[in-house]
Amino acid sequence: MLTSAGGLHDVLAPAGIQASRILDLWHLTLLVCAFVFAAVLIALFVAMTRAPRADGKAAPDLSSLVVRESTPGRAVIIATVASVLGLLGLVLADVLTDRALSRLPVADAVHVEMIGHQWWWETRYRDDDGNPGFVSANELHVPVGRPIIVSLKSADVIHTFWVPNLHGKKDMIPGRDAAIEFRADRAGEYRGQCAEFCGAEHALMAFSVVAQPPAQYEAWAAHQRAPAAEPTDVTVRRGQQLFMTSTCAQCHTVRGTQAAGSIGPDLTHLASRPTLAAGTVLNTPDNLAAWITDPKQLKPATTMPSNRLDPADLKALMAYLDTLK
Amino acid sequence: MSTQETVPADPPKRLFDGPSAAPGTLSALAATWQDPPGLMGKLSAINHKTISLRFMSTTFVFFVLGGLLALAMRTQLARPDSRLFSPDTYNQLFTMHGTTMMFLFAVPVMQAIATYLVPLMIGARSVAFPRMNAYAYWVFLFGGLLLFAAFAVGAGPNTGWFSYVPLANSDYSPGKGVDIWAQMITFTELAALVEAIVLITTIFKMRAPGMSLNRMPLFVWATLVTQFMVLFAMPSVMLGSTALILDRLVGTHFYNAARGGDVLLWQHLFWFFGHPEVYLIFIPPLGFISAIIPTFARRPVFGYPAMVLALFATAFLAFGLWVHHMYATSLPQLGKSFFTVASLMIAIPSAVQIFCWIATLWTGRLNMKTPLYFVLAFFMILVLGGLTGIMLGSVSLDLQVHDTYFVVAHLHYVLIGGAVFPLFGAFYYWFPKFTGRLLDETLGRWNFWLFFVGFNVAFFPMHVLGLHGMPRRVWTYPHGMGWDAMNMAATVGAWTIALGVLVFIVNVVKSRRTGACAGPDPWGAGTLEWSMPSPPPPHNFDAMPVVHGRDPLWEPAGQPAWVGGLAADSREVLVTTVLDAQPDLRSLFPSPSIWPFVSAVMTAILFIASIFTPWAVTWGSLPVALAMIAWFWPSRRETARSAQLEQYP
Repeated sequence: MLTSAGGLHDVLAPAGIQASRILDLWHLTLLVCAFVFAAVLIALFVAMTRAPRADGKAAPDLSSLVVRESTPGRAVIIATVASVLGLLGLVLADVLTDRALSRLPVADAVHVEMIGHQWWWETRYRDDDGNPGFVSANELHVPVGRPIIVSLKSADVIHTFWVPNLHGKKDMIPGRDAAIEFRADRAGEYRGQCAEFCGAEHALMAFSVVAQPPAQYEAWAAHQRAPAAEPTDVTVRRGQQLFMTSTCAQCHTVRGTQAAGSIGPDLTHLASRPTLAAGTVLNTPDNLAAWITDPKQLKPATTMPSNRLDPADLKALMAYLDTLK
Repeated sequence: MSTQETVPADPPKRLFDGPSAAPGTLSALAATWQDPPGLMGKLSAINHKTISLRFMSTTFVFFVLGGLLALAMRTQLARPDSRLFSPDTYNQLFTMHGTTMMFLFAVPVMQAIATYLVPLMIGARSVAFPRMNAYAYWVFLFGGLLLFAAFAVGAGPNTGWFSYVPLANSDYSPGKGVDIWAQMITFTELAALVEAIVLITTIFKMRAPGMSLNRMPLFVWATLVTQFMVLFAMPSVMLGSTALILDRLVGTHFYNAARGGDVLLWQHLFWFFGHPEVYLIFIPPLGFISAIIPTFARRPVFGYPAMVLALFATAFLAFGLWVHHMYATSLPQLGKSFFTVASLMIAIPSAVQIFCWIATLWTGRLNMKTPLYFVLAFFMILVLGGLTGIMLGSVSLDLQVHDTYFVVAHLHYVLIGGAVFPLFGAFYYWFPKFTGRLLDETLGRWNFWLFFVGFNVAFFPMHVLGLHGMPRRVWTYPHGMGWDAMNMAATVGAWTIALGVLVFIVNVVKSRRTGACAGPDPWGAGTLEWSMPSPPPPHNFDAMPVVHGRDPLWEPAGQPAWVGGLAADSREVLVTTVLDAQPDLRSLFPSPSIWPFVSAVMTAILFIASIFTPWAVTWGSLPVALAMIAWFWPSRRETARSAQLEQYP
């Protein structure tokens, strides 16, 4: 069963400066628009109640052809001028917001590259103060209070990066460079989802953004840089062997082993991720086993193949994957 | 061989129209303008009313089909994690729904209605180029059939009605679905362009004497403005879809970024058409409303010049805001601000029209009938849709709500509120003219309230869904996102709308047989289409009216009231000047012919075969050329008749 996985997902609950600036503009615009809507409906209502009734046989009133209708004329002009002024106000508010959004200070920003694939997200952290970069999938960890610059690329079709609690959207367009800048100001887990229709499984292409205090973030990054732990246990070793000799290694990478496929997500630290299959389900042992044996049950059009494993093999594989913390 | 040999120099029997014409003139006129009987006659028909009724019925069938697709989608989305349809089927459903509603219903239905009403409103016996009008209908029909035939065999397009590349490239969308989609565009846009030429020429050259531009009914103005927009907008998408099909079939690289093409080029070409298209759909209904409100408020519309200028302003601005569909694509800051301003400013002409209509209602005496109900609903729904449009025009807000259900809500508020509600109002208003019988008022109210309540229950929650982060075009969604209840409401609303449309169909079927007889002018309206019996005779007007004001049936009759002297036994029409509608010349119109139909069949063969082999463009154009040569081959009899009318008027 699909359950929401990957954290908060709401435009109206901003957790970062960019999203809250947009929300402020939303509140202002909503106020202006609600006023206009009410004014038009009230005018219409009054018109409907005060005008007398007549039927189709009533002679038409042609007085407007000879007499100038100055009162309604004035009303229409006043309403039009008011509309123009209101719209100019909204344009001004929009330009100011847009300007503020584009001037987020990015002096000590964390640089991340996100690549959209049909239908998952590849996350590449760049070198940071001499620390080597690393690769993950379907999750983005960010330090609270520090700006993030995400370079956006696509491996196939157009996808759109969108984490509503943190910022608006930015397209990932093949052949075009793009970047989005934001800052998480409150720790928490926020869900992102592809917003541009990208084919069969567009609906099930989410990821999570984990905003952590800087120290926790550094610890997480240090751990992610490390290759996968060597198996010690017999079952785990058997699981690793299965992974390397079956189809898994053809598509997936586990750093520190000979598995270096690049078609599917990097699995070096799979067990530490909150979700599976691009935010489709929570990362629990049951879901993982279900995903491995029959991924199409969870995500009908996924490119991940089914794997018919006998129970002992599955158990060994699961044990191995559980060590990829 | 000279014409004198076949036609006597001065034929003894000649009939000319006019109220004081010889007995038998009217039946001769009717016989002259009637379509021939039999199957061949049906395929050869060119009377604008015959073609238009077919056109309207066809678009209505597509509307119902598009609605059924929407019901299927809403049923899937009623609950989270629903597996009623597979992702691929769902994606075909929403692609077909959008494509059908936009290309096979909303734009063509407006042209279809215009080809019926415009000649009646301007005092003409036909549209200009009646054979071309028939050709446009057949081409449109074949394009629509192609799309649904593909869908029926499971090969429908699944890349959205916008078909963004590279998803629509052959790498990511193998199969014929996208090719069929692109050719369907070619069919429908060809039909739309041809109709635009027919309507513009009709409006410019065939108005009754005295109907100078400043006396044209606002619906005719709206149609004129819309058809010019068609001429500028449609070529863009035809170019775009042709380049797409070339990329897919012969390996060009218009949109292939890896080979020097550009992915965004498609979006620019598509939205340069796609945004004006919204106004192609929205401006004709402004004309409906400007026809309905004065009739039911028993007074001429307030602020006619402002209304006309507002139509023009809307049309111009409509071409300057396509980029607001592309704010997320990393455009330069200054460029975005320009498009924001344009997107917000287009609200002003619409606001002016709304204020003028309210002023008309405010100072009128109201005849509360079903058409007026639909127009009043328009105010509420369209104003809300327009205000959310202002929100979407703002770059920053758009970045959040773009591609979410907020946009789904917005576009349905604009298109259903701005076009479908007035369209239903228009249908209740002009149905008596089309059929001679009134639609039932009680069923009309049921139709209205079901549609109105269902619409708001279906689409209002979608605004909130979008703010809570639900993206568009998703075949399913997980539990626990807080989206469940609103999606269920939307589905219930969708079924309520369906019930409303069902009541409408019942009303039409029932009223066609047993409805109250309408007479020429059941509503006491002021424009020329109400001056003739309902339904109108084949020749529309027994004599060409002379127009002395904007509401000829309301204002005191001027002199002369009519002009006569057009041949009753030939399709002779009066052509007038563009600005002042002064009689200019008499032109002999073509008679019914099978060749427009045959040409359309050949065109369809060319377009469809070119999906399978590029060589079809070469060999397929031969039959098209032959059919069109036959179409335009001069008829000796008609040439002689024309020469004779010229010599002995």
